[in-house]
Amino acid sequence: MKFILNFWVELGNWLEGVLSGWGVPTWGVNLIIDIVVVLILLIVGIMAVLIFTPMERKVIARMQDRPGPNRVWPYGVLIALADAIKMLTKEDITPRKADRALHMLAPLLVTIPALLVFAVLPFGFRVIGQDLNVGVLFILAISTIHVLAILIAGWGSNNKFALLSAFRVVNQLLAYEIPMVLCILAVVLLTRTMSTQGIVEAQTIPFFLVMPIAGMIFLICAMAEANRSPVDLLEADSEMVAGYMVEYSGMKFAMFFIAEYVNMFAIAIIISTLFLGGYKFFGLEDVAPVLSPFIVFAKAVFVIFLMLWFRGTFPRMRFDQLVSFAWKFLVPLGLVNLMLAALVVKIPAANPSTVPWIQGAVMLAGNLIIIAVAFLILNRTARRVDGPSALKRIVATER
Amino acid sequence: MTVSQGVFIILGIVALAGAAGVVLNRNLFRAALFLILSFVGVAGLYILLEAELLAMIQLLVYVGAISILIIFAVMLSRQMMSSGFQARNSDWFLGVIVAAGMFAVLAIILLRVQWPTADSAVPKDLISQLGQALVSPSQFALPFEVASVLLLVALVGAVIIAREK
Amino acid sequence: MLSDYNFIGVFVIVAIIFPFVALGLAWLLRPKKPNPVKTDTYECGLQTTGETWVQFRAQYYIYALVFVVFDIEAVFLFPWAVAYSKVGLYAWVEAFIFLAVLTVGLAYAWRKGALRWQ
Repeated sequence: MKFILNFWVELGNWLEGVLSGWGVPTWGVNLIIDIVVVLILLIVGIMAVLIFTPMERKVIARMQDRPGPNRVWPYGVLIALADAIKMLTKEDITPRKADRALHMLAPLLVTIPALLVFAVLPFGFRVIGQDLNVGVLFILAISTIHVLAILIAGWGSNNKFALLSAFRVVNQLLAYEIPMVLCILAVVLLTRTMSTQGIVEAQTIPFFLVMPIAGMIFLICAMAEANRSPVDLLEADSEMVAGYMVEYSGMKFAMFFIAEYVNMFAIAIIISTLFLGGYKFFGLEDVAPVLSPFIVFAKAVFVIFLMLWFRGTFPRMRFDQLVSFAWKFLVPLGLVNLMLAALVVKIPAANPSTVPWIQGAVMLAGNLIIIAVAFLILNRTARRVDGPSALKRIVATER
Repeated sequence: MTVSQGVFIILGIVALAGAAGVVLNRNLFRAALFLILSFVGVAGLYILLEAELLAMIQLLVYVGAISILIIFAVMLSRQMMSSGFQARNSDWFLGVIVAAGMFAVLAIILLRVQWPTADSAVPKDLISQLGQALVSPSQFALPFEVASVLLLVALVGAVIIAREK
Repeated sequence: MLSDYNFIGVFVIVAIIFPFVALGLAWLLRPKKPNPVKTDTYECGLQTTGETWVQFRAQYYIYALVFVVFDIEAVFLFPWAVAYSKVGLYAWVEAFIFLAVLTVGLAYAWRKGALRWQ
């Protein structure tokens, strides 16, 4: 019974026992287990693409009151496989004057960080690739390689549109990275450790209920980092015709898309780790740790559904609106949230066991006050920019 | 030869090859990319020294921010944008002499100085101790605040210079 | 601690091999018929005129500069955040001074129009 409950950990121990029983030296055992875990993580990542592509298309289609893809097998769920076969067999056209080495380098540089993030994500109770001491910093550092890859893709295509769109995407990604880092700082403040497993362990209350501002800012910034609507200006077909990917076809284009969906899945798991409590579910993971990967997966699906909901609902933002929103609203909000969190953590309580609850309640109250003040300021600014007077002007000219 | 030494040699070659590529490459954009390769090599060397915080900071700041800044700066010059631009330098012989002289000075310093080695293992809560050192008034609190003033000066200077059209 | 990175090293090597395998598979399976029209640069069906040169606005560079400054500020705050629970309230005051100085910088950039996309 204990074997079933602790299934994933016991599986690892059993494999280790079998390998060392065959006489493989210790470093060999470690290496083989590492390779097996890496392959499993890669397969999980690719499976995520295969599952979330049809999910996205069906969910957004239903939101737009149409059936979505429904030809490939019952209800169109294997659409990603059809896409994969199509991309594999398409001709790879490299523009004549483009830099061949750079043109080929960019898709590689896009997929590698997307896959590398899976090494530190906690997929369950003690089910993690490698629990680094600087887990969240590793995730941040690896994500910045993605920015560079886009710049190389834009330059290597020798195309005006690709280059222009690459500049804009890089600026968007840079603008939304600072509020993301500030929110992660607020979480690290509460948990006193940068390791992802430590952050999950420290969440007696899910952090989204304690710091809703940080959660929402992080969700917005993560969606902007993954180039998802409503900030996907550069992928929109009506804009720069697929932007920096315009000169890519076949498998290289597929790599960009695989990287985007893998990124989306990784971000969903990061959000569930940082703010939704990871593999914790009202103590279920103590009773039956075998269910913890399913808990993580369920929370990730919930976050992805949120992202799809945003995509199906909001119109796209213009580039200058996008960037102003990040620098002028999200960064000050993130700073205020960080200072508030730092202040609240220092509140002492008489009884040490109620400290998390008291601090959590005060932090939630402070967050709600900040949200109210922020919306008041936004209201006043919006009224000044295009308020009733603008509407009256428009109506007057039309008459 | 242990695995550590092998990895060190590989990372050293990566860092040096990147640096060589920066100098020898005619295409400015490719030179910038080789610089990024060199940064990644240095980050790997930091990991080998068990300074993982520094390695991640190197990747985050150098590869993520400063290399993009360098590429943008390279693209600001109009000649770069036209294809086929090659960088040329006619004084390269003088450069070789100066570089060789500096290499000799650095080599002598490296070989003669008795470098202090840490005799205890790296503590487990390294980052926590670093954080405490950064804010404690008897250690590094003042440089911490001066760093913020330095960043302010950089920001103000950048805004002023970039706005002069 | 250092042995943690064995796994990362293995992961990096496998993650580098994987796209090569995918691209190699595609290279085997796809047709190869280049012709001059196909390998032309894409410009909505028209012929390209002149060099590939776009007006690189200085505003892109300013955004990257402001990003660098705030990135380094965030990097300074990471050790502070990890050690925060072990130090007294003066750590909050120090961080507040640190962030206030940089917020003055952000406000200056905002007022001078450096953050406006023109």
